[in-house]
Amino acid sequence: MQARTELSAQGCLGERTNMTTETALANNNINKPIISESLKTTITKTFKTLLIPFAGILVFLMIWAGAASKIDTSLGKFPGPSAVWEQMGSLYEEHSAERVKEQAFYERQEKRIEARLAKDPDYVPKIRAYTGKETFPDQIFTSLITVLSGFVLAAVIAIPLGIAIGLNKTLNAAVNPVIQIFKPVSPLAWLPLVTMVVSAVYISPDPLVAKSFLNSMITVTLCCLWPMVINTSVGVSSIEKDLVNVSRVLRLPALKHVQKIVLPASIPMIFTGMRLSLGVAWMVLIAAEMLAQNPGLGKFVWDEFQNGSSNSLARIMVAVIVIGFIGFLLDRTMLQLQRFVSWDKAGTAS
Amino acid sequence: MNAQKAASTLLDISHIDMVFDTPKGPFTALKGVDLKISKGEFVSLIGHSGCGKSTVLNIVAGLYQATTGGVVLNGKEVREPGPERAVVFQNHSLLPWLTAYQNVELAVKQVFGRSKSKSETKEWIEHNLELVHMEHAMHKRPEEISGGMKQRVGIARALSMQPEILLMDEPFGALDALTRAHMQDSLMEIQQELNNTVIMITHDVDEAVLLSDRIVMMTNGPEATIGEILDINLERPRDRLALAEDLEYTRLRSEVLKFLYEKQRKVENISKHKKKKEASGSKKSFQAA
Ligand SMILES: Nc1ncnc2c1ncn2[C@@H]1O[C@H](COP(=O)(O)OP(=O)(O)OP(=O)(O)O)[C@@H](O)[C@H]1O
Ligand SMILES: [Mg+2]
Repeated sequence: MQARTELSAQGCLGERTNMTTETALANNNINKPIISESLKTTITKTFKTLLIPFAGILVFLMIWAGAASKIDTSLGKFPGPSAVWEQMGSLYEEHSAERVKEQAFYERQEKRIEARLAKDPDYVPKIRAYTGKETFPDQIFTSLITVLSGFVLAAVIAIPLGIAIGLNKTLNAAVNPVIQIFKPVSPLAWLPLVTMVVSAVYISPDPLVAKSFLNSMITVTLCCLWPMVINTSVGVSSIEKDLVNVSRVLRLPALKHVQKIVLPASIPMIFTGMRLSLGVAWMVLIAAEMLAQNPGLGKFVWDEFQNGSSNSLARIMVAVIVIGFIGFLLDRTMLQLQRFVSWDKAGTAS
Repeated sequence: MNAQKAASTLLDISHIDMVFDTPKGPFTALKGVDLKISKGEFVSLIGHSGCGKSTVLNIVAGLYQATTGGVVLNGKEVREPGPERAVVFQNHSLLPWLTAYQNVELAVKQVFGRSKSKSETKEWIEHNLELVHMEHAMHKRPEEISGGMKQRVGIARALSMQPEILLMDEPFGALDALTRAHMQDSLMEIQQELNNTVIMITHDVDEAVLLSDRIVMMTNGPEATIGEILDINLERPRDRLALAEDLEYTRLRSEVLKFLYEKQRKVENISKHKKKKEASGSKKSFQAA
């Protein structure tokens, strides 16, 4: 800094001593490598973060394309990347076409009603919902809603329960065996039971949500419950003793103790449980939809499989890729949420 | 000054026994601990590791319940922890998700609640942080400040509760020697200003002599009790450099050292032999010794 001011001041006078020139040169020499160095690191960074994964994907696509052309199935050749890409487009077109049909349906209905009303003013119009085919994006949407509602329901039950278990040793001892036994059970084993119970208990002439939705959602909930309860309770019970003592010295009331000490302290563990269970829930949901023919991506895959047209395998492959993408996005979203909420930045590195 | 202090007993620890239930049977950590502390007095507890210093402090804090005997503060028996007996823990124990300010705020809001207005609360928090010279890093999280600074915030939090008595369990134990010296000076300064009553556990003989009005020396456990009490009548304010050449300081220091390394070493050996003869099952005591 000093050298530079000196330089400019002397430059005005048109008198440059040797020394300042030297300093300026030295400065230049120092600056140059720093710039190129940082440029280098940026390049290597971009290379590492973008180019290498990109190359990985490219190699994968090549292997896929190569292998696919060699596999013959009863439904024709195994789809390669280009066939899948094509089907992705056609699935989207089908979706748009369906939307156009839906629009037309409602317009026709409206016109019909208007016409009836013109003739007979007492007529009470019946508005019918469009019951067209569920398109691929519709199925994606259904699956997402199902997994999220199941997940939220599980969180609403599991986090308070986990906190209670973590705080109370007696409760822990009582509940622990149940959790330990149910934890390793695949939620799919619950599916038939859930289905039967829902159809027996959930009887309503005008149901708010479909039974199939409820079945899938409860299965997701059951699957999310255990990891969340366990992680929350472990987080709560492993709070540093000194922090609990701080709370005791301050005589924080129970609710405030939970709010100010217990909850923040166990946030990292709670999120670990949530991320874990959301990942598993997404996998389980697809399987449950396939098994029980509940609407969603799993049903889409199953229908295409049963359908057995020459495009089916490519369409299933589209679903597989979309399922993967959504799973990845769900995990990333949870991570972002954790970063936003948690104080423990070290625990959210990856 | 001393006579005046002796007149008003603030804290009365009387005939405390502490028996822990361990898997190997009952373990008597403390036996017959008796101590009276006056208002404004600075008392150090010193003794070998595992003798029961923390246990005494935790009983006073209300975190442990004595098996027999009790603690009376201001004529009222201690039954549970409370902010009038603020504790400074060994490893700061700040809430890591709160800033220094918010850590103190939690205490202030809990203790004073609505009796302080918003601006008064803010002022009081800042005042206490200034007291420990932490005003420059008030809004930093514990992970962003050094060990000594964390301990300062811990002390500020304890002071902000305006406790009747301040309990410190090796507050500077985890700090390096230089930082510790700084903290000791700060603590002396604060105590001079606020005239707090303090019980401090320490392993450091110099720290004990420099800071205390009395040093309570504990015998080795099991069945630990108070061995000797040493009055420190050095002039205040004390200066560590001047004291280094002070004869009285040197004498007091060697008193404590003698207790720890001559008297207590002997007692330890005797109790070991005794124990062996008795062949009681408490192996824990050998480990502790
Ligand atoms: N909760 C407990 N259960 C069983 N034994 C305990 C418990 N707390 C302390 N003790 C025992 O009581 C004795 C005194 O422990 P304490 O922690 O009070 O020692 P200390 O003097 O503070 O030691 P240090 O200087 O190492 O901190 C030790 O032998 C210890 O093993
Ligand atoms: Mg201790």
